[in-house]
Amino acid sequence: MDLQEAINGLKLPLNVKNDLFAELNSLQLSENEITEILQTTQDVYARSKVEPCEAVGTIAAQSIGEPGTQMTMRTFHYAGVADINVTLGLPRLIEIVDARKVPDTPMMTIYLDAESANDRDKALELGWEIEATRVSDIADILTDTDEMQIYVEFDDRVLQQRRVDLDTVVTKLQALQDVDIRIDGSNVVLSPSVKRYRALLQIVEKVRTMVIKGIDDIKRVVVRKEHEEYVLYTEGSSLKKVIPLAHIDATRTKTNNINEMAEVFGIEAARNSIIDEAMSTLREQGLTVDVRHIMLVADMMTIDGEVKQIGRHGIAGEKTSVLSRAAFEVTVNHLLDAAVRGEIDELAGVTENVIVGQPILLGTGDVRLIAKTSKV
Amino acid sequence: MKNLNVIKHEMVPEHFIMSDEEVQELLARYGIELKQLPKISVTDPACKEIAAKKDNVIRIKRRSLTADEAVYYRLVIDTKMG
Repeated sequence: MDLQEAINGLKLPLNVKNDLFAELNSLQLSENEITEILQTTQDVYARSKVEPCEAVGTIAAQSIGEPGTQMTMRTFHYAGVADINVTLGLPRLIEIVDARKVPDTPMMTIYLDAESANDRDKALELGWEIEATRVSDIADILTDTDEMQIYVEFDDRVLQQRRVDLDTVVTKLQALQDVDIRIDGSNVVLSPSVKRYRALLQIVEKVRTMVIKGIDDIKRVVVRKEHEEYVLYTEGSSLKKVIPLAHIDATRTKTNNINEMAEVFGIEAARNSIIDEAMSTLREQGLTVDVRHIMLVADMMTIDGEVKQIGRHGIAGEKTSVLSRAAFEVTVNHLLDAAVRGEIDELAGVTENVIVGQPILLGTGDVRLIAKTSKV
Repeated sequence: MKNLNVIKHEMVPEHFIMSDEEVQELLARYGIELKQLPKISVTDPACKEIAAKKDNVIRIKRRSLTADEAVYYRLVIDTKMG
């Protein structure tokens, strides 16, 4: 009997099959013994599966909810990866299941391709290329309200460090409208063409926030060595602009913004992202929740092909039953709307049946017995 | 500028378009209708990558944390009307 073939024919998960093969292959067993082991494995596996009609959703909710009560509610920010503040703890978990469009602290993890992963200089250079450099980062901006002039004094050391060319800055400044530009050594003097105080202040604001280099949304980049390679962590997230850059490993680079993952990599990546983010948030707090519960949540959130929140605007709000929706949140609104539209409740779900006092369609309540009278 | 191949990303599992026979077999196996399957939008990046069209069924080979490998199915839908 071929062991591999016999194992492959079984209805077991891949990892169980692999373990079985590795274990049995190293032992000298008779064919009868092997058959018996395989049979027992299958029996044990069948017994360990969730029973039909089990309320897995309720169990998942409890299993995530109980450890959730132990999470510190005050771990709002602080101490994430390498000096970058990341929302952690309960606020982050809520953010994930609420499927916020943009998280409180968006963050990207950028990996470099094989060629540059070990090159510290390349990593730093790439960091400067990604981090948004504004005029206020590389120059002192002085406003002279008497002369109606703005002095932009560049700092050569910072210019060099950030690898910014003075000419490119000047070109960018020249693109400003209604501004006269005079270059004075390494300084630039700006003055509004209309000598008005308000125009002057508007220009100061425009110049200060003008992005000279890098990606607008990326406030900061931190380079860190991790597992023998350099990794960039960013404050702010913009996958679409980072992915096309050279020397970036587009197969591993990711963001903690789940909606962005869905947009750039698709719904399946978003599902994986929900699982990863939720698990790491829980793990960071020292809590262990079985992945299966998180997987159920992630599957429910992505079942319609887009990321939906758990809650009134997402999964709970799309239930067909009026009573079930009313039992969740904003009771009166749901009942009123249903009454106006003349909705009918089929009483097919659990909550509605609890409300009207009928057996619920779960566990033994979902099984009907039919007796064959002739044999009784 | 390099072109991004979404499927190659480590967080994106493999997607395959199923043939009609496979779909019929799948529906028969679970005793369900087509519309009961989970959905995926035609505009989904992974969907575009394999050039799936509306009403195709996609087989997704996920790397499962509990079973190493798990198969999932999604029906391609139009999501113009939200």
